[in-house]
Amino acid sequence: MNTPLLAILFGAIFVNNIVLMRFLGLCPFFGVSTRLSTAIGMSSAVLFVMTFATWITWGVYHLVLVPGSVILGGILPQGLVFLRTVSFILVIASLVQLVEMFLKKFVPVLYSALGIYLPLITTNCAILGVAFLVIDNKFGFLQGTIFAIGTALGFGLVMVLFAAIRERLELAPISKSFRGYPIAFIAAALVSIAFFGFVNMFGISP
Amino acid sequence: MTPDSGNLDLTQKEIKEPLLSPKPKAESNWQIFSKGIILENPVLILMLGLCPVLATSTTVRDAAGMSAAVLFVLLMSNIVVSLLRKIIPSQVRIPVFIVIIATFVTIADYVLQAYTPDLYSVLGIFVPLIVVNCIILGRAEGFAYHNGVGRSILDGLGKAIGFALAIILMGSIREIIGKGTWFGMSVSPSWFRSNAVLFFGLPPGAFLVIGLLKACINKIFKREG
Repeated sequence: MNTPLLAILFGAIFVNNIVLMRFLGLCPFFGVSTRLSTAIGMSSAVLFVMTFATWITWGVYHLVLVPGSVILGGILPQGLVFLRTVSFILVIASLVQLVEMFLKKFVPVLYSALGIYLPLITTNCAILGVAFLVIDNKFGFLQGTIFAIGTALGFGLVMVLFAAIRERLELAPISKSFRGYPIAFIAAALVSIAFFGFVNMFGISP
Repeated sequence: MTPDSGNLDLTQKEIKEPLLSPKPKAESNWQIFSKGIILENPVLILMLGLCPVLATSTTVRDAAGMSAAVLFVLLMSNIVVSLLRKIIPSQVRIPVFIVIIATFVTIADYVLQAYTPDLYSVLGIFVPLIVVNCIILGRAEGFAYHNGVGRSILDGLGKAIGFALAIILMGSIREIIGKGTWFGMSVSPSWFRSNAVLFFGLPPGAFLVIGLLKACINKIFKREG
């Protein structure tokens, strides 16, 4: 794949937005987007972990699991690709723990800002989803990094947009059965329609 | 992890008194099975595991394929967790659950890839992503780890049928309005099929349908939120 880096970045933020087009990371999207401050905190934590997780899972896949890899190629020429799901989820779970410990010890300012969001991220399907998408799209290391950063920025953009909408929704007179989740889904549908405007922009298709 | 972090406190609390402790006298087998289908429907009532429900409900066929994969993984992980519940040390139970679930997800992934390549290409990464579906980990932690095999099978079946019901309902609505067909069979006059509301097959349609469904359920069950 020789997609230009700028196209990967734009596509990941707008055209194939992780939440509105790919339906990944819906739990934090609906759970944490009620306040602008929490939305920004969660998005920063996702940006941080998604980039790291993509580097490490890319490394695990290309250096250990693929047939004829650098590390295991000599012993297991047929590769260990079937361990992809197991190894990725374990790597991501340990990575989140590691990041949490590291931040707590060395960057307490960042820890106090992102700390409460980190445990939630382990089960965030967006992180694992991006790790799989990078492999499935056959991205190189740099392309994968750009893709992860773009996806996280797209997540942050939608989180911030949506937090603004939800802060207003709380004051709106909404009928009883629509309060909470239903109106949030319908608002998400409208934001998603807006994002359809980006489809095929600069020739990037979903 | 350091001892004073919030996560560990929660873990220790759960070890002492599990949040969802078993109440063998209060619940009959039928209740365990039927609870997951309507009253504690994992998708429509508890709003868990939304990602696959929205992403793979474009047509009934996709929805049924996803339901089958989730049924298999949930049932098998419940059985294995329940069988091993006396051996798994409670400090490392979550990683063990994840490995057990990931094993069955990998099996489901390869079986779908081998026998139904068309379906697999549509479901894409959502098959391996079953591993982070909170319904499955939630049942392992909340039920199978504290209950016998028979009850865990009933619980897994009930919750999986509840999930299937929700996703197939979504798929039916979206396919009938969006394409004029059901499971690929024509169910509407030809003028409708040629002017079907494409919107419902697209991502915004998924959000709209689940929003309206949830509102109807809130109305029926007199719930809020």
